[in-house]
Amino acid sequence: MTGPMIPIWEVFIRSRNGLAHKHVGSLHAADATLALQAARDLYTRRGEGLSIWVVPSQAITASDPADKGMMFEPAASKIYRHPTFYEVPEEVGHM
Amino acid sequence: MLQNKFDSMNHVTHTFPMHPNEDAGLEVRFQERVDAEERIEPNDWMPAAYRKTLTRQISQHAHSEIVGMLPEGNWITRAPSLRRKAALLAKVQDECGHGLYLYAAAETLGASREELVDQMLSGKAKYSSIFNYPTPTWADIGAIGWLVDGAAIMNQIPLCRCSYGPYARAMIRVCKEESFHQRQGYEIMLALSRGTPEQKDMAQDALNRWWWPCLMMFGPPDGASQHSDASTRWKIKRISNDELRQKFVDATVPQANFLGLSLPDPGLKFNSETGHWEYGAIDWNEFKQVLAGHGPCNRDRMAARWKAHEDGAWVREAALAYARRHS
Repeated sequence: MTGPMIPIWEVFIRSRNGLAHKHVGSLHAADATLALQAARDLYTRRGEGLSIWVVPSQAITASDPADKGMMFEPAASKIYRHPTFYEVPEEVGHM
Repeated sequence: MLQNKFDSMNHVTHTFPMHPNEDAGLEVRFQERVDAEERIEPNDWMPAAYRKTLTRQISQHAHSEIVGMLPEGNWITRAPSLRRKAALLAKVQDECGHGLYLYAAAETLGASREELVDQMLSGKAKYSSIFNYPTPTWADIGAIGWLVDGAAIMNQIPLCRCSYGPYARAMIRVCKEESFHQRQGYEIMLALSRGTPEQKDMAQDALNRWWWPCLMMFGPPDGASQHSDASTRWKIKRISNDELRQKFVDATVPQANFLGLSLPDPGLKFNSETGHWEYGAIDWNEFKQVLAGHGPCNRDRMAARWKAHEDGAWVREAALAYARRHS
């Protein structure tokens, strides 16, 4: 009964002028044109966007959640990368 | 017995034996994350039973949205005005969208869309029993929007905080869109209740037929439901069937009063001490019968799904053939 597999696409929408495209979900479509049309029907029924990107899911490479520590911990330990690490007297004013 | 055949709209889940090789340490860490209200994402480690429970619940929820288009679709061409027709068409299109969001969420757990649809068509996977009742009059469209969507919203709001990220996010989107569904249903009921005596009778008749099946949408009474423990522990299910049912009754009785319609329950009475409306005994035998496939429309619904699937086969094939030729 199972028919041929129809590829999965990830959908990104720019909600307003000046904002970045943001991931909103996924869908199945045979090709890019159909994916774009389906994304418009499925994810913008209430004026959610001004622009849509569709990307084949297979084209996305994701980091492994198991590597979270190795990947992101070093960023958390470098507090000198944040402005609050540095002491500037109040008299100097906002900097 | 009853619970084993139960569908996802009611959020009753099952416990599965642990695989002996499953890492107990991972299991403990997983539960800690859930307890800390962290969201579990598709590539995170999760117990096999959690994955299985969610796949079934989310896919059956998706099937319910898709089958849910059928009773209302029945009235699109016969809606009494262009305004009503446009609203109903938009609502049915939303239900389709909700089904698709939910299938996508279920697929993040590893099942393919094709497998999930096959499980529905073969009868292996259930959909909500409420859609096995017929819609003989226009008032049924009002009653469905007001009561069926109202009950679905009650069920779905706690799911917006479900531990599984993709399901919770799909539910947030669904809940946002559903509030129009309930309001359009109530507006239909209001227009009929304030119309001719025949129209008011039609509204009353629809309410009489939908009230009890709607109370059944929340699933078996808490005492009879042995399977929700794991779901509660996993923070998939956050509020019990009976609590949700009570919330629904408390919210709906005053709305029925405002319409000037009566609820078909002679046992219904307000308890001023608890502040809740008490309702009469639910006929769980009817529920079991409908679940077992003996409801008024089970066969029609399955036949309609099969026909849609088969009639669409050439479209799917043609689209794939075209894509192959142009890639």
